[in-house]
Amino acid sequence: MTTLAIHNGRVIDPALGRDGIADVVIVDGRIARIGPNEGDMVVEAERIDATGLVVTPGFVDLHTHLREPGFEYKETIATGTLAAARGGYTTVCAMPNTSPPLDSRASIESVLREAEHSALVRVLPIGTITLGRAGKELSPAGELFRSGVVALSDDGDAVADPNLMRHALEYSTQFGLPIAQHCEDPALVRDGVMHEGWVATRLGLRGRPASAEEIMVARDIALAELTGAHLHICHVSTAGSVALIAAARERGIHVTAEVTPHHLTLTHEEVAFHTDFRTVDYITNAKVNPPLREETDLAALGIALRDGIIDCIATDHAPHASMDKEIEFELASPGLTMLETSFALSMKLVHDGTLTLPVLIDRLTSGPVRAWGLDRRTGLEGLGTLAPGALGDVALLDPNAEWTVEPREFASKGHNTPLGGRQLRGRVVATIFGGRVVHETDRVVAL
Amino acid sequence: MTTETRPPHPPTTTSRQPAWEHHDVLDLDDFSVAEIETVLNLADRMREILDRRIARVPALRGYTVVNLFFEPSTRTRASFELAGKVLGADVLSLTANTSSVVKGESLIDTVRTLRAMRTDAIVMRHSMGGAPYLAAAHTDASIINAGDGAHAHPTQALLDLYTMRSHFGDLHGKRVVMVGDISHSRVARSDMWGLAAMGAEVVLCGPPTLLPRGLRASDRPAHAESALPAVTIETNIDHAIEGADVVMALRLQSERQQGGLLPSLHEYARLYQVTEERLAKAHPGYLLMHPGPKNEGTEIATDVASGDNSTIEEQVTNGVAVRMALLYLLSGRTEAPGEPSSEVRA
Repeated sequence: MTTLAIHNGRVIDPALGRDGIADVVIVDGRIARIGPNEGDMVVEAERIDATGLVVTPGFVDLHTHLREPGFEYKETIATGTLAAARGGYTTVCAMPNTSPPLDSRASIESVLREAEHSALVRVLPIGTITLGRAGKELSPAGELFRSGVVALSDDGDAVADPNLMRHALEYSTQFGLPIAQHCEDPALVRDGVMHEGWVATRLGLRGRPASAEEIMVARDIALAELTGAHLHICHVSTAGSVALIAAARERGIHVTAEVTPHHLTLTHEEVAFHTDFRTVDYITNAKVNPPLREETDLAALGIALRDGIIDCIATDHAPHASMDKEIEFELASPGLTMLETSFALSMKLVHDGTLTLPVLIDRLTSGPVRAWGLDRRTGLEGLGTLAPGALGDVALLDPNAEWTVEPREFASKGHNTPLGGRQLRGRVVATIFGGRVVHETDRVVAL
Repeated sequence: MTTETRPPHPPTTTSRQPAWEHHDVLDLDDFSVAEIETVLNLADRMREILDRRIARVPALRGYTVVNLFFEPSTRTRASFELAGKVLGADVLSLTANTSSVVKGESLIDTVRTLRAMRTDAIVMRHSMGGAPYLAAAHTDASIINAGDGAHAHPTQALLDLYTMRSHFGDLHGKRVVMVGDISHSRVARSDMWGLAAMGAEVVLCGPPTLLPRGLRASDRPAHAESALPAVTIETNIDHAIEGADVVMALRLQSERQQGGLLPSLHEYARLYQVTEERLAKAHPGYLLMHPGPKNEGTEIATDVASGDNSTIEEQVTNGVAVRMALLYLLSGRTEAPGEPSSEVRA
């Protein structure tokens, strides 16, 4: 029997409605006790002093690109899950835009096998909506479902054909699988490379209008209503999308949504400017799809996250190698490496008063679990909570610790972030997965 | 900023030295008024050299310029080539292919290779906005942007300013109207910065499908008001031209019609062609400009293109002088470029 006792932290578990000083005791990988001084009741234990720290369930990410198989030069399951652990994540849902794409039982099983060997945290696979992500024919959803996928997505691309999307949604209902859509209408996006607005105008770059996202959000909401399926909107980025999702939920349509830390906190100005407006640059590390938008969008996204119109924060962790980013802006691959900065960047919304800390923690833990019914879907009871009997997945946080982002020190192979050199406030001090410490900083004090 | 790792700008030695802080010429957005004047004043001297019977001085002897063109160009490339040759520089013109970039020879590799061959300046034309910025961040050769996508064409803007200044002296308060495809125009973007710096009133005119978003200050958040030059937007060409001191027609590419941005070139010509009749409303003594190559009968009527107010050919000559001035400034050389004593004997 192995016991880990986490003493005297501020335990925030939104699912249990708990927020107060308590001890958390993990025995044999599961939460055994939680409450004031409970740690003192156990005799033989490894002990961590969490005085002054916040203790929460391990974070859950619905949107992670682990890049394996096929793009191991960008990331592997081993490096991606180490990055997850560093970011406080104990469960990540792996997007299927690998090579080959995860559109068959064989490919799902190979990912699960590799994860069993090399993953530091839990990996839950997502299958493709269409074969080869080509947007032409449906993937074998039943076979994928039985192999253990938790959702279907062609992320990176939208399912453009409305008729095929309708059928994908309809077919998924028999398995209750969420269909996670990357909403951007390719006919409107065309060859745009950043948000359509004044920054694109100054840079002479072609834009991707906000309406390209909103049209597809509206379309897919209508299709979800028609089919009764579960539609999940990936990385919502515009105020217009927020309004559409709010209205759909009001009408009782089964729509869930996620937002990334970067869409919540960074604008399209990141693409062009380092310090002032005098001169420009073409910052490929801020290139992402959907693109970084405007202040008004950020404000609407923050409020929607607070109000639960957006269910959760998802990282869209998209690691790339320098050869994918140190090229002409138009040719650069889209995406940010995000797992290791997700908590700190999201903490901006707590520091600026948009969210309370417990609400932020909900959107990182029980929010995503609720959105996809991940606990019931996977049989992982208590996922995203610290309920006795639940998995011993815990994050230890220092919400006020300041640190400087140094991409070269990332565990992720991807150093592609526009945050390099910036000071962020909020730090993941330690991560515990199944009762085992998988990440710790020198801030952790063993007793 | 990527340029942080770059070597410092060539030092400006004395206070009598003209203002010049640039290691590269990427756009006019970071040019001060004094720097623009430095270029234009030096271009006057270059123009004088260019107009000599034997237009050849050794001012840039031993200076190597590579024209690296990823996009076809006749006039800009020839202009740079001649500018370098008149000053005695070694000039090499390469037509690169963007597809070779995709095949693995990266832009960064290419400029590093050229620098390893001791190239001093790389004149770069590229179909993608920002490509010269990438190059500049990875070499200490001087990069001159000869047009990058729809972003910037600073040497064209400088020659336009030079041409206007040679007619008006001072550009302050002059109404400069650019007509046409503003969205895809790197010329308009760079001209805007230069004209705004020199105090001109900038009017942009074109169909709504060819006007980019965010040009009106009211379309930007308050903190970004200065992030683009102050301009007036006008979709009616007759209103735009009223009282204009300069009317510049921009090239309209026929792809715009195929791209669904225009119903037809015929309709475009009817609504936006710069014609004699429309120019009647301009200020007397107006200049009619065009960056070339022009489509007569589309954006500009044939008779006005070759009319008395047209500066189109003059712009081409001035382009060589302005590019001579830029190459000379970037070389960091300080002796007077055109002194008779330093002239090559014929």
